[in-house]
Amino acid sequence: MATTHSRTLAKLMLLPSVSLLLIWMIVPLCMTLYFSFLDYNLLMPGDNAFIGLMNYEFFLTDPAFIESFFNTLLLVLGVLFITIGGGIGLAILLDQAIWGRNYVRIMVLAPFFVMPTVSALVWKNMFMNPVNGLFAHFAEFIGVTPVDFFAEMPLLSIIIIVSWQWLPFAALILLTAIQSLDREQLEAAELDGAGPFSKFIYIVVPHLSRAVTAVILIETIFLLSIFAEILVTTSGGPGYASTNITYLIYTQSLLQFDVGGGSAGGIVAVIIANIVAIFLMRLIGKNLEG
Amino acid sequence: MNTNNQTKAIYTILAWTISGLIFFPILWTAITSFKTEAEAISSSPSLFMFEWTLENYSDVLARSPYFEHFWNSIVISVGSSLVGLLIAIPAAWSMAFVQTKRTKNLLMWMLSTKMLPPVGVLIPIYLLFRDTGLLDTKLGLVIVMTLINLPIMVWMLYTYFKEIPHEILEAARMDGASIKDEIFHVLLPIALPGIASTMLLNVILAWNEAFWTLILTAANAAPLTAFIASYSSPEGLFYAKLSAASVMAIVPILILGWFSQKQLVRGLSFGAVK
Amino acid sequence: MGSITLKQVTKSFGDVNVIKPLDLQIRDGEFIVFVGPSGCGKSTLLRMIAGLEDTTSGTIEIGGQDATHMPPAKRGLAMVFQSYALYPHMSVRNNIAFPLKRAKVEPEVIEEKITTAAKMLNLTDYLDRKPGQLSGGQRQRVAIGRAIVRQPSAFLFDEPLSNLDASLRVNMRLEISELHKSLNTTMIYVTHDQVEAMTMADRIAVFNGGVIEQVGTPLELYQKPVNRFVAGFIGSPKMNFIDVQPSAGDATHCIGVRPEHLQVTQDNGLWTGKVGVIEHLGSETFLHVHVENTGTLTVKTDGECPLKYGDVINLTAPQNKILRFDKAGNTITTDTADKPAISSAS
Ligand SMILES: Nc1ncnc2c1ncn2[C@@H]1O[C@H](COP(=O)(O)OP(=O)(O)OP(=O)(O)O)[C@@H](O)[C@H]1O
Ligand SMILES: [Mg+2]
Repeated sequence: MATTHSRTLAKLMLLPSVSLLLIWMIVPLCMTLYFSFLDYNLLMPGDNAFIGLMNYEFFLTDPAFIESFFNTLLLVLGVLFITIGGGIGLAILLDQAIWGRNYVRIMVLAPFFVMPTVSALVWKNMFMNPVNGLFAHFAEFIGVTPVDFFAEMPLLSIIIIVSWQWLPFAALILLTAIQSLDREQLEAAELDGAGPFSKFIYIVVPHLSRAVTAVILIETIFLLSIFAEILVTTSGGPGYASTNITYLIYTQSLLQFDVGGGSAGGIVAVIIANIVAIFLMRLIGKNLEG
Repeated sequence: MNTNNQTKAIYTILAWTISGLIFFPILWTAITSFKTEAEAISSSPSLFMFEWTLENYSDVLARSPYFEHFWNSIVISVGSSLVGLLIAIPAAWSMAFVQTKRTKNLLMWMLSTKMLPPVGVLIPIYLLFRDTGLLDTKLGLVIVMTLINLPIMVWMLYTYFKEIPHEILEAARMDGASIKDEIFHVLLPIALPGIASTMLLNVILAWNEAFWTLILTAANAAPLTAFIASYSSPEGLFYAKLSAASVMAIVPILILGWFSQKQLVRGLSFGAVK
Repeated sequence: MGSITLKQVTKSFGDVNVIKPLDLQIRDGEFIVFVGPSGCGKSTLLRMIAGLEDTTSGTIEIGGQDATHMPPAKRGLAMVFQSYALYPHMSVRNNIAFPLKRAKVEPEVIEEKITTAAKMLNLTDYLDRKPGQLSGGQRQRVAIGRAIVRQPSAFLFDEPLSNLDASLRVNMRLEISELHKSLNTTMIYVTHDQVEAMTMADRIAVFNGGVIEQVGTPLELYQKPVNRFVAGFIGSPKMNFIDVQPSAGDATHCIGVRPEHLQVTQDNGLWTGKVGVIEHLGSETFLHVHVENTGTLTVKTDGECPLKYGDVINLTAPQNKILRFDKAGNTITTDTADKPAISSAS
């Protein structure tokens, strides 16, 4: 399959994808980098003076940055924890012999197809609203004070909503992985006297590690840039309690029109993402392509 | 009832309860969309015993140009998926069938562009779009969606193509097929299920994408994500109408997703599970 | 014209030389078989001839024309793969028609050729099935059908029968030989199977580590192997090798005797040993005889063999059936008369 002819052809066929992605990555990134050194505000047309690292200084020393950095981290880790933990449980449950498994699958998978704006709005109004939400009704019914979710625990509320959206994905991938588990291996282990617990630890867990890696990789890509859920529920508040880095930069650049500051934030976000990416790539390199 | 059936019954009840809870928000939204506003916020809500009405749907249709948003969503998601396939198929062919030492690194690099946070390029894209008149156009969004989903498409297609034995393509070459024949008469028909699921997944991802669609559109090109976001402004609590609008936004993709769930899982796991 | 000439052909993957400079002349209409241990470069050379791999240096001529840099489609060769490589989405009919359609042959002619090929290969009833609905043997026939309809100047087979079960393999072997007789087209055939090689080939090329050790008719290779490698590779069960002390005037380092040439005698044989495992195959019997200081010798005798495990026997062999190898493993080819006879003392 490898003649000079086909190799040349292969390069040609790669060209569109590679060049488009290169442009998509490099041109805006360079512009962002450039803007990040300027005093550039869309509301104050001026000479956009070069101000060195001032934007970075402002961005990095802003208490909002520290807060949103930890919010981002909490959001990603919290959702990963809930979806993978819950996903494994659900996958094991769905792997059992049950009646109507297909209907159960369909119900479990559904939230994955719901667009983030819809799920955020539905949860915010119809479930978590402190007066008219279903949770409030339920609290009143059992005689406790309803919780004002977005005021008292804004980040946790968002983690719950996002986890609801991603749990199906994790569960289904893990279920498929469990179903591809070699039954003979399990039976052999049983003959060797392995109990359910050691079977789980020594056979099921290693087998699932590939699938878990895939789940972590894909979810992290999407979770690092959660946006719509915050926009339509808390708008980052109260204060910065539910602002992640994506949302912080959005408010700076498109709500306060501070292009310079927003760009500096963008570059910081890219650097953070790169650190995460290097870590993840190691993980997949080891686990996925074996 | 023997013990086997007993455990099956227990697991069944457990599974139906949990999956019912997971599905409940969607079911509840669907039910609320048929209630009157008064009933929707009633403090003793009822699952089925209320007066069913279609009023909310007609209200939503009257309040906003739903079909325009719907059409925009279709154009953006299907358009970007088709353009993406056009670019991704040749690339995946190269990677799967003419492997070099660099192939794996190239794939990793492509995937890493997917990790580039959108905010990192938000401002330049916004300014570039403003200056080129792409802001609030369907074309602009098709371009952006194609680019952000391209790495996933290439990777998915690559995992599907890699499973096709090289010999089949070589046989075609021996049989006198040109590269065009080889791709159109042999590769594509064999890989059709994989291509279809790649396409489906990307339609779903683009349909639900809510960063670029919210930022780069206003009145003209706004898809359903933006249409629904307009219900977040706190101008009173119209739960029933919100529900009707939500149902209208998610039903098309929900049905599509249910039909293709098997292929989706495989594709989305990057070939990690078969 | 289906003659194929390889001149100083080499192939490297990166730093690894898979094919060392190699010359080979294949005559038009010849059935040549490539054999050799796994990984010695047989498939690679076949794919180079097909044009599926680049040739690193040297030239490949097909029908007298330099084809070294021709794309596969232009070479006019057909290939049958071990995995059949049928197009899974096409019916048998369309699989066979595919090369013809690519060559823009008239539909009526295509139909006619398919009919003829199907009759020849017993595929008439299966023309509208997909490859997935066929048995292994039928699939291989379709692959052959797809190859013959284009009337190629040569056929390339890469272990075409190794996925089939034993009895089917015998049938297909005969069918391919039959095909060769009736078409009279050059065929290059890679196999691991001794019997296939010996029975089908006009000539056999024995490969080892990217070079051809010997090319010749099956009998030539059997009777006059040029070295120890070929001697050991051709023939089943394997030739027995016995190391000997070289003496003045005799460079023999090692002698070789085929199991079928060893005879059991009552007394004064060349070797004395104890019978170990006995394998009764019905028509013949293999004895594994342990000879002190020499090792285990395999002996092939009649189907009815009265010996038992543990019996002590003498073995002998006609002097003219004993091969001698020098230090480098090459066969010493002086006349038997000039050589000192092998005696039990050695
Ligand atoms: N694309 C490649 N890149 C690097 N090395 C290769 C490649 N293809 C084959 N090789 C190497 O070339 C050598 C010859 O391989 P080849 O497939 O020709 O062997 P073979 O004689 O057909 O073996 P077998 O009898 O097992 O089919 C092997 O050592 C193999 O590892
Ligand atoms: Mg081979």
